Amino acid sequence: MRDLLDFAGWSKPDAEDLFATADVMAEVLRRPVKRVPALQGFTVCTAFFENSTRTRTSFELAARRMSADVVSFAAGTSSLAKGESLRDTVETLVAMGVDLIVVRHSASGAAHLVRRFAGVPVINGGDGARAHPTQALLDAYTLRAHWGELSGKRVVILGDVLHSRVARSNLELLPLLGAKVVLCGPANLLPQSLSGPNLEVSPDLDSALDGADAVMALRVQRERLEGGLGVSLPEYAARYQLNRSRLDRAGPRALLLHPGPMNRDVEISSDLAGDPRSCVLEQVHAGLAIRMAVLYHLLVGKKERAA
Amino acid sequence: MPRTAITGLRREAGGSPHTLYLEGPTILGWDLDLEVSATWDGRGGLALPAFTDPHVHLRDPGQPHKETLRSGLAAAAAGGYGTVVSMPNTLPATDQPEAVLSLRVRADALGLCRLIPAAALTLGQEGRVLSDASLLAEAGAALLTDDGRTNEDGGLLRYGLQAAKAAGLLVAVHAEDASLRRGGVMHEGQVSERLGLPGNPAAAETARIARDLEICALTGARLHLQHLSAARSVELVRAAKRAGLPVTCEVTPHHLTLTDTSLLQLDAVYKVAPPLRTEADRQALLAGLRDGTIDCLASDHAPHSPAEKEQDLLAAPFGIANLELVFPLLYSELVLKGAASLEQLTGWLTSGPRKVLGLPECTLEAGQPADLVVMDLASERPVDPERLRTQAKLGPWNGRQLRGWPALTLYQGRVVHG
Ligand SMILES: [Zn+2]
Repeated sequence: MRDLLDFAGWSKPDAEDLFATADVMAEVLRRPVKRVPALQGFTVCTAFFENSTRTRTSFELAARRMSADVVSFAAGTSSLAKGESLRDTVETLVAMGVDLIVVRHSASGAAHLVRRFAGVPVINGGDGARAHPTQALLDAYTLRAHWGELSGKRVVILGDVLHSRVARSNLELLPLLGAKVVLCGPANLLPQSLSGPNLEVSPDLDSALDGADAVMALRVQRERLEGGLGVSLPEYAARYQLNRSRLDRAGPRALLLHPGPMNRDVEISSDLAGDPRSCVLEQVHAGLAIRMAVLYHLLVGKKERAA
Repeated sequence: MPRTAITGLRREAGGSPHTLYLEGPTILGWDLDLEVSATWDGRGGLALPAFTDPHVHLRDPGQPHKETLRSGLAAAAAGGYGTVVSMPNTLPATDQPEAVLSLRVRADALGLCRLIPAAALTLGQEGRVLSDASLLAEAGAALLTDDGRTNEDGGLLRYGLQAAKAAGLLVAVHAEDASLRRGGVMHEGQVSERLGLPGNPAAAETARIARDLEICALTGARLHLQHLSAARSVELVRAAKRAGLPVTCEVTPHHLTLTDTSLLQLDAVYKVAPPLRTEADRQALLAGLRDGTIDCLASDHAPHSPAEKEQDLLAAPFGIANLELVFPLLYSELVLKGAASLEQLTGWLTSGPRKVLGLPECTLEAGQPADLVVMDLASERPVDPERLRTQAKLGPWNGRQLRGWPALTLYQGRVVHG
């Protein structure tokens, strides 16, 4: 693995290798002193051309837990606002000596573009509606912690699938690990022609939830619902909001995931706050371990021991 | 007038060598045994009438960072073209007779390739007020079009067609319904949904073609559909031609050789309007060319600076620059792979577009203009962006090994490439 842009070319053992490293990282995070020298001397740059405090914080904390230096580049306050191209920005960062770039961008494909000019490893921290691979890895890692094995499990991804990079990365990764993915949401927020092994598309939430082992509620942007695509906020809440009775359809042992931050009472009902089936905080924790593992694999290599 | 000769020319692939005699801008004839002031060696290449392109963007005036008349016409010469029609989406738009005349005079002064400017159908290509068709015709405009934009007002197109018909001009349309196209940056389908990129459905093109064919029938005016991209579009035109409508259409080299799967590389060099579609569409376009439904090739040479094409797929502009690669690309991808004959390919580049434009057919016989290209069908080399004359150095085929490069281009009896 030279970069992490998406899951093209991945196989199940690639993910398993990463999860094994994440297990080691999770153990580090349980220590009283949560810091190892594994990435001492390396500089990780988070280049966020689109805001995301959570993802950036998670990556930066992951890098610091392994003693890397961290520099952040935020487009809003930078020369990019003055017309500098993405290429010039990336080449400048690399010339400053950063060893790895985590990129977040509003355009699908921007992470590939950064990789073309970077010459150092690139992690896609989310590009447009295309991919957010560390999110999918932390989702799978969270599910694996509960199930041990994803094979034969049925995972419903619910909401604005069409515009979701989280959905796209999960529908690449989870089937690779043997799980079946069911995409569910309003007709105009679902892909029209997407198909693949272990992939199902359904506009009917109740039937999608029957027999589901986990439900991932995607963040729904109010702007999308107000964008004239024929789903109002009340209609969305009535038909697709995940609430306790709907989650009960999936069963008492079903797991609830959400990439965060949650819009309570939009995609998820307040009556699920504190529900024992919710894995939301585990996801945040898994995110740190996974991002430490990815940084480690890209900067040091998977062979060596971290701690 | 100086007399010159080109020796070692083949008149058909595999034929014996001949010598062509020229006098100034005119062909004198073959194997004449005359005194000449200069001789060029055709080195066994295949002599063809120089190509005609009904659709190029030269970005002049107004966008010299993308292309200029000089760089664009030099690229045309290097591609074997003797006549090109430039689109009017310049800055300002080419919507005045003086602007058409000025382009012609400047191109004449360069002496690289004949330029017949297309003029805007509406002032500023804004789709509100028709331009002066008869005055633009008098100034020498090739046709009227708002290409670069779409014709959203069907009523205005109707009156534009009627005015153009009265002026003896053709109207060409970029047939896409802007409301269906929306923000699409690539073909809408499996690949766009995998990539999370906004899609442009084939229906944006086919719905607009269906409307425009009705308007064509209503007016009886000559309509030319630019750069078809979808299988269903070919069907619509086939039926319209069968019904006797005065409609013609064109297809680009990129729609004949690439599909939406190229976008998996997430490189904006593949971002073009209309978008690259599926393999089934590509096959239907080829079939349409072979059965005559599609009248000709058009490069839709659409140069942008490297910095513009290095942006992300949402920000980068639409367009592929290909003028110098059309023949080697299609010779390699179609002729050598058995999808078309050499005669078909040259017809789509010569008599096909000339018929569409109402220009006299060119041959290499006595009395014809000395506009010709000598193809070295055996020459094989990779596409080297540094050797291209266009300023748009980033393209889908950089580094690709292609065969059949133009060795020599003559325009008005003078060597302009080789
Ligand atoms: Zn066009």
